[in-house]
Amino acid sequence: MKEYIQGKAYVVGDNIDTDQIIPANYLVYSLSDPDERKYYGRYALSSVPEKEAGLPKGNIPFVKAGKDSSEFSIIIAGKNFGCGSSREHAPVALQIAGVEAVIAESYARIFYRNSVDGGFFIPFETPIRLIDQIATGDELRLDISSATLLNISSGKEYKLKSLGEIYGILEAGDIFEYARRSGLIKAG
Amino acid sequence: MGMTITEKILTKHSGKRAVSPGDNIWVDVDILMTHDVCGPGTIDIFKKNFGNNARVWNREGTVIIPDHYIFTKDQHAGRNIEILRGFAKEQDLPYFYDVGTSRYRGVCHVALAQEGHTRPGEVLFGTDSHTCTAGAFGEFATGIGNTDAALIMGIGKLWVKVPPTIRYVFDGEVPPYIMAKDMILTIIGKIGVEGANYMTMEFAGDGVYALSMDERMTLCNMVIEAGAKNGVISPDKKTISYVVSHTKKSFEIVENDHDARFRDITYFKSNELVPMVAKPHSPDNTAPARDLNTTKLDRCYIGSCTGGKLDDFKAAARILKGNKVVTDTYIVPATVEVADSLKKERLDNMTLLEIFTNAGARIGDPSCAACLGGPVDTFGRLNNDEVCLSTTNRNFPGRMGSKGSQVYLASPYTVAASALTGKITDPRDFL
Repeated sequence: MKEYIQGKAYVVGDNIDTDQIIPANYLVYSLSDPDERKYYGRYALSSVPEKEAGLPKGNIPFVKAGKDSSEFSIIIAGKNFGCGSSREHAPVALQIAGVEAVIAESYARIFYRNSVDGGFFIPFETPIRLIDQIATGDELRLDISSATLLNISSGKEYKLKSLGEIYGILEAGDIFEYARRSGLIKAG
Repeated sequence: MGMTITEKILTKHSGKRAVSPGDNIWVDVDILMTHDVCGPGTIDIFKKNFGNNARVWNREGTVIIPDHYIFTKDQHAGRNIEILRGFAKEQDLPYFYDVGTSRYRGVCHVALAQEGHTRPGEVLFGTDSHTCTAGAFGEFATGIGNTDAALIMGIGKLWVKVPPTIRYVFDGEVPPYIMAKDMILTIIGKIGVEGANYMTMEFAGDGVYALSMDERMTLCNMVIEAGAKNGVISPDKKTISYVVSHTKKSFEIVENDHDARFRDITYFKSNELVPMVAKPHSPDNTAPARDLNTTKLDRCYIGSCTGGKLDDFKAAARILKGNKVVTDTYIVPATVEVADSLKKERLDNMTLLEIFTNAGARIGDPSCAACLGGPVDTFGRLNNDEVCLSTTNRNFPGRMGSKGSQVYLASPYTVAASALTGKITDPRDFL
């Protein structure tokens, strides 16, 4: 696992559900075919209503038209990020688009599990409402082991919640490696 | 110290003597269910981690029910069904309900029950968030992603954080114009879309035990819309009678200990419930149907795991019988069994199918159809800026297709009544 993640912020509100993260009509594409896989990056967060896309101003697409990845690598979100469907295509779409960390006030259960068990990105929780303090496009630097976030653009620093019990899985890389290390999968 | 139903089932499946909320444990899985949207990805991860020649941990426990993108010309959707077909053949799976054959069933959560795969006391995981529906049978059932499902395919185990239980008690039988959909929308409206995050929602009281199994499934189906890990209803005679008539497998009834500890208990007086609607774009954005009687509709939709079971159509038929819809109305039976029942079940002298056809509704083939939008040629999909009243489970932006559409959620009674007026209508006007 990296020590630091540095990149631009993309800010969204509360209850961003998996249909907004990746609309269901794109789920027909293969996640294992390299050409089809790109579509998940292209359409990541494409169903977020325009005025709520890239707060506080809005009308900032997460992925520019014709691109397969985003210039934003850290998502700042409100409450209940990833609610709705269990589709793992949602965290995978964010990963393919280039997301390395999501920092939300809270997560929906299945999305959080999927992000951790698949090792797609690091889901941090924040005790304060960062979506009111960080603007889309701000340059951020995330220190993973100390769970602190520096907004380079504003100079402000924030303490995030510790990763706690999921740290072991994130450090292993995914749930398979974690299960191997725990002796639940025998080396074959 | 006493334990809840969920804690007792997880204890038994973890080999421990007792568990408490917050414990992280590995549990043995009885059934893993997947479908056409998440199956191919799951299979891919399974092979990547366990090898190309790997075998599933338990053939009888691996149930594959294609249901999402079935009646579409989309080539990629067709390719996904082929992948499932190949895998089921390679692994010699006894419970693959293939498309285009007499084995096809339709929506997985309803088909699981109809095929006898839902049994009290068991642990069921599925690659679909509405897997929680099966809690109606007194088992632990929840949705997972492809990675977790692939791990189960290989080792038959998954880690689970033991959830605390919140109990919702409905005192007294519900009035005849109230359906389970109104009960769960009332709860979600009260506690919000993350009001039960990471928890078990248990439903109890004579108002719940008076419900049919179809209606109990509706209650448990939508617990995910409050963020819950699972929903559960303690098994009674109705549960046992349903299960033994659908499977020969033995099962064990698990009930709360008399001194079980609950995070919270909320009581409802059943006779105070009113028909409820969730407004765009969130299932907790609720209001009584009567307060929305100026909301004009372009479409009515009755279908899905939530609102496309036989009891849902019996309810709709009571209101539609002898009437004509004034709004485009789409009817999608959840499964082939439900579709067949529409041809056989009668209300007075007419079959349900005749009632719907005479009312001017369009009838689709059994599948998830437009509940989650899907490919553009999906039956009933909202392709523009329609305002739709639906018996389905979610009304997020773009959920039923176009981002410009607006979805209201309600019971089959309310949707049927509204189809006759073109506006959101309290079904008491017709009952």
